Amino acid sequence: MPATRITALHAAHRRMGAKMVDFNGWEMPVEYPSGGIIAEHLAVRRGVGIFDVSHMGDIRLGGPGALAAVQHISMNDASRLAIGQAQYSAMLYPPGTFVDDVIVHRLGEQDYLLVINAGTREKDFGWVRDQAGPFECKVEDLSDNYTQIAIQGPKAVNLLQKLTNADLSAVKFYWFTHAAVCGLKNILIARTGYTGEDGFEIYIPADESTSTSVWDQVLDAGREFGAVPCGLGARNTLRLEATLALYGHEISDTINVWEAGLDRFCKMEKPEFIGRAALEKARAAGLRRTLVGLEMVERGIARDGYKVFGEDGREIGYVTSGSFAPFLKKNIARAYVPPEFAAVGSVVRVEIRGQGVKAQVVPTPFYKRPRKS
Amino acid sequence: MSYPADFKYTKEHEWIKAEGDGATVGITSHAQDSLGDIVFVELPKVGAAIAQGKVFGSVESVKAVSDLYAPASGTVTAVNGELATAPEKINKDAHSAWMIKITLGHPIELDSLLSAADYEKFVAEEGGH
Repeated sequence: MPATRITALHAAHRRMGAKMVDFNGWEMPVEYPSGGIIAEHLAVRRGVGIFDVSHMGDIRLGGPGALAAVQHISMNDASRLAIGQAQYSAMLYPPGTFVDDVIVHRLGEQDYLLVINAGTREKDFGWVRDQAGPFECKVEDLSDNYTQIAIQGPKAVNLLQKLTNADLSAVKFYWFTHAAVCGLKNILIARTGYTGEDGFEIYIPADESTSTSVWDQVLDAGREFGAVPCGLGARNTLRLEATLALYGHEISDTINVWEAGLDRFCKMEKPEFIGRAALEKARAAGLRRTLVGLEMVERGIARDGYKVFGEDGREIGYVTSGSFAPFLKKNIARAYVPPEFAAVGSVVRVEIRGQGVKAQVVPTPFYKRPRKS
Repeated sequence: MSYPADFKYTKEHEWIKAEGDGATVGITSHAQDSLGDIVFVELPKVGAAIAQGKVFGSVESVKAVSDLYAPASGTVTAVNGELATAPEKINKDAHSAWMIKITLGHPIELDSLLSAADYEKFVAEEGGH
């Protein structure tokens, strides 16, 4: 049994009195006394919040065959990426089901970085290494090299601008740059995140001293914007409101791309990628189930794994993720149901401790951040 | 944290305050601290019978669902309606955010519960925060 892993900021979280929890073999903060899940969530929506996401993994592919390797294992079209640009994608198994979701960054001419989930680090690296084998490229697991700090919220850009000489107004959403941050040279600054807000993720050297120093400086610089440290509790409620998938819930190795509703990230016009043939067949065969957004109509919170029933009492599906939504102030959930129940307004019942509690299908995303005009 | 001396306590972190023939029930400050932000409370209706040690409802935080155990047996005479719309009142002041009022079926049951001092010691030994 592998020992529990910790990030370089573990001591900092303990120092701040964070409530710690096991997340896929990592001891991570779930919330801090300075906030609590709801306050941390609202800080991100209204100002800025700071997350330690160092448990995520990083795989680098470099060499003449790097693009071809990425094109083979990733369903999105990486050939459209300029240097400095990133895209959301997924790696699929031959049946068109998910190995993991991933953000693909084009670092250079023949140089790509895949950022992957914490819980699937080893599996993903083994998969990438094996599938990239036939291609002329080097595959490196850089996961332990970086402390990754996410700075998320409408004030994230104001905060980070205080700590870097890069012109952040020139870094568009889902683009990245390298610049000095907190006096450290050549730091990857990506305008990416998992909250549904504007924000950045910075990748700094993973030694404890450097990591802690940057963490403290970020919080300090954020003080005037009401920045608080945020844990996995708020990370989950934020991504749920923003209708972002979580591996093991909305996506997994038994769910395919069409069911998960991730069509727009899957470029079937690419002649070849792992899973393409099965997806072609599945598309022709039609959906047996589809992911919907639910809002509770009667009192109750639908949670992960709860069963979903039609009004006639027939079991039709299950909840993939569900919670009280701190910004929307509603109880929301996502669930897999047959397509005939997917129309907005459809009424279903979620089984909550033996009772069928009424919910209805609502449009997603549940939350979309206001666009500045 | 201080625990009111005129309350009695259970090891499941409920409190009960005897008032004449009846009593008022809630959860302790330690409980709300462990739970985090409370977002939902499920309570019985007026007239329902509850039995000491049995589940009479539930309290939910963002991340977890927790059963509520009756400190004593009786019949529910009042339910705090505020908690349906403002469950966070429990986080703000758990010892005044009462949940239900009951008649006491067997007042002697209170003798088996913990005093404030014993509860404080129990919490310290549990090692929780």
